[in-house]
Amino acid sequence: MSKVTLEKVAKVYSNGFKAVHDIDLEIQDGEFMVMIGPSGCAKSTTLRMLAGLETISGGNVRIGKDVVNNLAPKDRGIAMVFQNYALYPHMTVRENLGFGLKLAKVPADQIEKQVDEAAEMLELTPLMDRLPRQLSGGQAQRVAVGRAIVKRPNVFLFDEPLSNLDAKLRASMRVRISDLHKQLKSSNRSATTVYVTHDQTEAMTMGDRICVMKEGVIMQVDTPANLYKYPKNLFVAGFIGAPEMNMIDASFFELADGSLNVEFGEFGLCLGASKSEKIKKKAITSDITLGIRPEFIHLADEHSAKDQLVKGTIVRMENMGSEFYVYFSVGSQELCARIQTSIVEEKLLNTESKEQLFYFDMAQSHAFDRKTEENISL
Amino acid sequence: MMISRIFADQQKSQEGLSAEAIKTLRKQKIGAFFRYVILILCGAVMLYPLVWMFSAAFKPNYEIFTSLSLWPSEFSMDGFINGWQTGTEYTFGRFFWNTFMYVIPKVILTVISSVIVAYGFARFEIPYKKFWFVTLIATILLPSSVLLIPQYLMFREMGMLDSYLPLYLPMAFATQGFFVFMLIQFLRGLPTDMEEAAMIDGCNSFQLLIYIIVPILRPAIISVALFQFMWSVNDFLGPLIYISSVEKYPIALALKLSIDVTEGAQWNEILAMSSIAIVPSIVVFLMSQKYFVEGITAGGVKG
Repeated sequence: MSKVTLEKVAKVYSNGFKAVHDIDLEIQDGEFMVMIGPSGCAKSTTLRMLAGLETISGGNVRIGKDVVNNLAPKDRGIAMVFQNYALYPHMTVRENLGFGLKLAKVPADQIEKQVDEAAEMLELTPLMDRLPRQLSGGQAQRVAVGRAIVKRPNVFLFDEPLSNLDAKLRASMRVRISDLHKQLKSSNRSATTVYVTHDQTEAMTMGDRICVMKEGVIMQVDTPANLYKYPKNLFVAGFIGAPEMNMIDASFFELADGSLNVEFGEFGLCLGASKSEKIKKKAITSDITLGIRPEFIHLADEHSAKDQLVKGTIVRMENMGSEFYVYFSVGSQELCARIQTSIVEEKLLNTESKEQLFYFDMAQSHAFDRKTEENISL
Repeated sequence: MMISRIFADQQKSQEGLSAEAIKTLRKQKIGAFFRYVILILCGAVMLYPLVWMFSAAFKPNYEIFTSLSLWPSEFSMDGFINGWQTGTEYTFGRFFWNTFMYVIPKVILTVISSVIVAYGFARFEIPYKKFWFVTLIATILLPSSVLLIPQYLMFREMGMLDSYLPLYLPMAFATQGFFVFMLIQFLRGLPTDMEEAAMIDGCNSFQLLIYIIVPILRPAIISVALFQFMWSVNDFLGPLIYISSVEKYPIALALKLSIDVTEGAQWNEILAMSSIAIVPSIVVFLMSQKYFVEGITAGGVKG
């Protein structure tokens, strides 16, 4: 069993700065947990506390059933992959891979077997006698991953392992690490993984679950799909998804039929009955931030509901190939809509007029309390 | 090499250039010519004494101060032959041997102790670390002659006079702050990721030093060893104070010896032996030149 549990884990630096605020997190056996957040959110610090490279100021870290707070890194049954590979420059790839086993006094033939097995998994066999400086970035990172696998740890830790690679290599390494995780899992080996990144694509594609952090606090832990669809708060909503979710300062009032009308500027948008019910239960004030993702804003047509239209002035358009990011201003706010290229070509490229009617799919929108920043429409 | 390549590139690209561009190129060439003439002249001025020493070693004694020519009019090996015999009962080989008897332990002890102390300073949390570090730097600034008398008295009490121990024993305690400082700077420039990876791989602090830090520090360690080697071979004051019997004299004292014993010094012998005396330093330097340059630049600028 290699479940990882953080119980009220805190980190306070010697200058009194509290980097990690009593976080609780449970990572199941074999799970691929991604930790994401902006730089300085203490995701790496948390990982390093897990690895034993950073002392723990409060709370408990458990790997399996044991509290490992005071264990040395080597005794925790972990392996870590670093951002800049951290290969030993004076050792060949083979020596790099086998170093941990050699220190553990594993017999030489056993070391060779395990090293060869890992090398094969990562297609490192032809590189075994090279030194790290003779490797490309992608190869070096594969060696670093190999070094982790060779040790057969209970938990794999990754600290932004792909940040130093170019975009294309990053994409292929992403798939490779995911596949490796599945492969280890299916061969019944320990595969619990904690993966720190600041790249949403990595988080969304690789993670079984994602833990979003901000300033040493966990904002939400959930599956990628849920995180995207049901962000618990303003931060998660804004952090996950590109282009970002549109955030509009608005207020609401109740209509005669009991549903809510969201107002901003001169526009009023009608929320559906079910959303209105939820908001009414949770709302404290009528001041909210309305969140709506760019893909839920469309160009209005004759079928669009009249109470969900907003008139905007197009500021600029970005061609992404299959779709356009259309930026438009409403009053002083600038919003973004993702619109299919065929529709843009038909409706926007042939017209001089900058003014357009946009249809907001309010069933897909979110309302956040402006003070607590909590999502009150869930 | 670089320059010739630049010239070759320039020539290659000269076809089809405007008159203006050709003029600029010619100006650059003339500039380069003057630069090299000045550099060569300066180099010659600096090398002249050394070349003079070599040439004088082959001259008969009476010609040394009478002729300006670098080329001996009468080529003679007497300086080398007689110089090697020395005026004492020992040959010059003995003095070479004596030199290495204290230089080699000194270099080895310096490297080991400095690496350990630098590792401590660069990687561990020590109470009042800043204070200790400042103290270390202060010892670099302290003139070594200040310590001569107390140190002499101390070694006299310990009964170590007229042995090589006072020359190298202090090195076992990282007493040369400069080397420690140099290694600390080098270590500070190194990312700690490798060491963390090694800790996860199962290294304790000592294994970390042996398996990871020392191999990575190699260029800096070689620089330390080289500096210490050259400075020690050249050291005059240390042996002069602690070594009293001629059979234990190192090169530095032996050379002085030949000036003392006869009134009219045999300059050709002295210069011949001086020429031989610098050979070990030059050989050692040439052997490790690559690492040496790497070490001093890496220590100062980056890891």
